[in-house]
Amino acid sequence: MAMTAVRVLVGTRKGAFILTSDVQRKDWTIDGPHFAGWEIYHVKGSPVDPDRLYASQTSSWFGQIIQRSDDGGKTWAQPGEPEQAAETGAMPQGQSNKFVYDTSAATGRPLTTHQWYDGTQHPWEFARVWHLEPSLTDPDTVYAGVEDAALFRSQDAGVTWQEMAALRGHSSGPNWQPGAGGMCLHTIVLDPNNEQRMFVAISAAGAFRTDDGGQSWKPINKGLVSDYIPDPHADVGHCVHRIISHPTQPDVLFMQKHWDVMRSDDGGDSWREVSGNLPSDFGFPIAVHAHEPETIYVVPITSDSLHYPPEGKLRVYRSRGGGEQWEALTEGLPQEHCYVNVLRDAMAVDTVQPCGIYFGTTGGQVYASADDGDSWQAIVRDLPAVLSVEVQTLP
Amino acid sequence: MIRVVLPLHLRTLASVDGEIELDIAGTVSTNSILDALEARYPMLCGTIRDHETRARRPRVRFFAVEEDITHDSPDAALPDAISNGSAPFLVVGAIAGG
Repeated sequence: MAMTAVRVLVGTRKGAFILTSDVQRKDWTIDGPHFAGWEIYHVKGSPVDPDRLYASQTSSWFGQIIQRSDDGGKTWAQPGEPEQAAETGAMPQGQSNKFVYDTSAATGRPLTTHQWYDGTQHPWEFARVWHLEPSLTDPDTVYAGVEDAALFRSQDAGVTWQEMAALRGHSSGPNWQPGAGGMCLHTIVLDPNNEQRMFVAISAAGAFRTDDGGQSWKPINKGLVSDYIPDPHADVGHCVHRIISHPTQPDVLFMQKHWDVMRSDDGGDSWREVSGNLPSDFGFPIAVHAHEPETIYVVPITSDSLHYPPEGKLRVYRSRGGGEQWEALTEGLPQEHCYVNVLRDAMAVDTVQPCGIYFGTTGGQVYASADDGDSWQAIVRDLPAVLSVEVQTLP
Repeated sequence: MIRVVLPLHLRTLASVDGEIELDIAGTVSTNSILDALEARYPMLCGTIRDHETRARRPRVRFFAVEEDITHDSPDAALPDAISNGSAPFLVVGAIAGG
C-alpha cells in the first residue's frame, strides 16, 4: 500500500500537538495545542484504524481524563461523553476516567499496599495513565499502564476500564517500590505473533511477561545488574526505563535500563548488556528501525544525577548490529550548550523508506530524521517539555 | 437557582462558558451541588472528587461568599446567598506556588 503521509503525535506538559507531513518529511504542519494546559502523557493511534487515537490527559488538580478521537485527531471526546453517548443512545456515566484497582477476592490476591520510600507498606493510589497501547488487532481494545503501577484494559474503546489484576497480584507486588518519577507502569509491548504474550515494564520493579493473556505473570529480569539495589541481581527491583522489539522478531527485546543498554534473544528469559562503546549507558528511550530489526537507537544521558547529554552535545547513537558497536549521529543536532533530556516515551519511528526517526526533548524541540538517523532537523523548537512522541505512517 | 463557577480546565471539559445554573431540591450543600453538577456534566465525575469515596481531590477547594469552606462538612447547609443564587459557589484549583 502506498504511503502518503506521516503523523507525529506529541504529548507535552501543556497539551498535545499533531505534526503532519507528506512522506518527504521536510515540510510540516503543526496543529495544537489540544487539551491546552493539561499534561498529555501519551497519545497513540490504533495500528488497525489510524483514525482512532487515544490520549492520556492528566492533571495534579483534576486527575485523569481519557480522550479519544475517531477522525485522526481533528476532534476529540471523552469516550462515552456526551456526544458519543448521544450517538449510541447510552446514558453517559462518567466512567472513562475511572481507574479502580481490583481488590476483589476473585482475583485470588486482593492487594492493597506496596513498599514506600520509608520502608513501610503504602496503599496503592491511582495517579495517572503513563502509556496507552492500542491492540494490534482490535481498535476498541486498548491497554493502559498506570501509576501506581498496574495494567488496565478497555474493550469498549475507552468507555470503561478493568484492571488486569494478576500482574499487581504477583507475589513480588508488596516489594515493588517507586522510583523518583513515581511507581509507574510505562511500557507495554504486544507480541504480533502471539496474542497471549505481552511484556510490561515498571519503575522500579522491572520487566514482566505474560504467556496466557494476562492471567499470570513472571518477572523477566535475569541478567540485569543494578548496583543501586541491595541485591544487584534480584528478581525484581530494577529500574527498567523502556523496552522495544521489532515485529519480525518478537523474541528479541532491547532495553534501556536506568544504567545499561540490554538485549534478550529469548523473550526476556535472559538479558545481556550491549552498551559497548556508548559514552554513557544511562538514558530513557530506545527505538528500533522499522526495516532493520538489528538497528537500534538510544540517546545517552550523562548520569542518574545529571539528566542531560554528555558534554552538552545532543547525540543519538545508532547500532546496526543490535548493540555493542555504536556510532554517534550528530548532523543537525546541537553540539554545544545542550542540556535537555529525552524521556522514555519520546522516541518513535515511521515505516517509510528510508526510515524516519523522531524524538522530543524536555526543551520542547521535536527532531526528525528522514534518512535512518544520518541527519536531523527540528520540526518544531518551542513546545512545552515533550513527554511522548508516537508516529503514524498513513496510507 | 444555584450558581456554580468552575475553573477554566473544568469549563473546557464540560464545554461550558461562564457560570453554570443548577436547580437543587432540599438542602443546598457542597455534596448536593456536586451531585447535581456531575449528573448534568458526567464528564466531570472524578475531576473534583473521587469516583468511589467522593472525597475531594487534594488540590481542589470550595469557596462560598468569600469564605473558604473546603474543610467544612460537605453535607452542611451552605449560606442563604448560595441557596438563593445571589452569590456563586466557587470550585477553585488550589494555588500551587510560583
